Amino acid sequence: MALLKFNNIGIAGLSACVPKKTIDNYKYTQYFEEADVKNIVDKVGIKERRFTDDTMCSSDLCFAAAEKLIKDMSIDKSEIDLLIFVSQTPDYRMPATSIILQNRLGLSKQTAAFDISLGCSAFIYGLSVVYGLMQSGGFRKALLLDGETRSKVYSPKDRQTAFIFGDGGVAAIIENNSKYGESYFSLNSDGSKESYIKINAGGYRVPSSTETLTEKVVDTHGNIRTEEHGYMNGADVFNFVLLEIPKDIKLLMSFSNIALHEIDYFVLHQANDYMNNYLSKKLKLETEKVPNCISKFGNTSSVSIPLTIVSELQKNLKERNKMLLSGFGVGMSWASAIINLENCFISDIVEI
Amino acid sequence: MEQKFIDLFKETLEIEDREIEMTDTFRDYDEWDSLGLLSLIAMIDEEYDLIIESNTFQTLETVADVHNYIKSKTV
Repeated sequence: MALLKFNNIGIAGLSACVPKKTIDNYKYTQYFEEADVKNIVDKVGIKERRFTDDTMCSSDLCFAAAEKLIKDMSIDKSEIDLLIFVSQTPDYRMPATSIILQNRLGLSKQTAAFDISLGCSAFIYGLSVVYGLMQSGGFRKALLLDGETRSKVYSPKDRQTAFIFGDGGVAAIIENNSKYGESYFSLNSDGSKESYIKINAGGYRVPSSTETLTEKVVDTHGNIRTEEHGYMNGADVFNFVLLEIPKDIKLLMSFSNIALHEIDYFVLHQANDYMNNYLSKKLKLETEKVPNCISKFGNTSSVSIPLTIVSELQKNLKERNKMLLSGFGVGMSWASAIINLENCFISDIVEI
Repeated sequence: MEQKFIDLFKETLEIEDREIEMTDTFRDYDEWDSLGLLSLIAMIDEEYDLIIESNTFQTLETVADVHNYIKSKTV
């Protein structure tokens, strides 16, 4: 059972960057009727999203977020000993994007750098890896970068996914300090559900070809995509979330011996408004303790949890905050964490 | 029980202009789409504390099929 406990490690500061280009979802009507679009947008509750242009990558968003955070917090770059980039939209198949970012950010050659490839669970997984390595005591500061350009992954002609996803990047500085106290993580995987959210081709199992890049009508609703577009079976995903997430949160609460009322904020992966509202209701959470930014930025995959903290809690955090985070999605992979945010510095959102 | 289920089904799919029958093939409703399916999943979870796997759900054709399946799992 992947239940973990760490001591005296925490997030000292957090920043986020989104592209300037804003998509008005109600006007995203180039492939679908306006009435259909309104129906979908009302239900998923995503009014606007941010899209990168053709030349901009996840790493560019993370780079801008990291530069802002390092400057705002006056971080000495030579103290950053670990850099992890979590994403499923890296710059290249090789080398790892984290290594390119090490050089771009002007970090020392003695920085440990690697990528983690996970989707909506990735920020929490990434955080657990950083906490685990920090616990060894050998690292002074760690930089966790998490970026996604999911706008490039899904077909605009597939109504299951065309209105959901947006782009963003975040940076977190993590350090050892006795003020942070105990933190708890639960990490999970279920590969039997690999087909729920997937890009079928373009890897090494089904290499890219003219065939995999050809658009096809894929169902009776007339949705169109290629084998190299992502797809999502919304009903299966919803079932999965209802089955696994409340269970995982309850498991973590009991492992940590922390009661629901002790949690200041529940930050859930921003999947869509309908699913999140239902999940909050099922977990009997108080609405004011469940911040969301889904209407502004859409589903930004792994970025959505830290982006929600930056966008919604910058002015609301107290000195000490007990946070419950829960991320779930492609894999299927899901993770929950209880962490303390102690005087956490939060930069203004950067737009590029 | 049966009437309550019909009412819930109708409300969930936001069918306002007519009555529905247990014998209806619900996928033929104009109101049926993937968002309707999400609403139905949520309703069944909330009312009956039951999650129907999609492979199973695909075999259910009429309103009565769904009702009978729920009954068989919740009694």
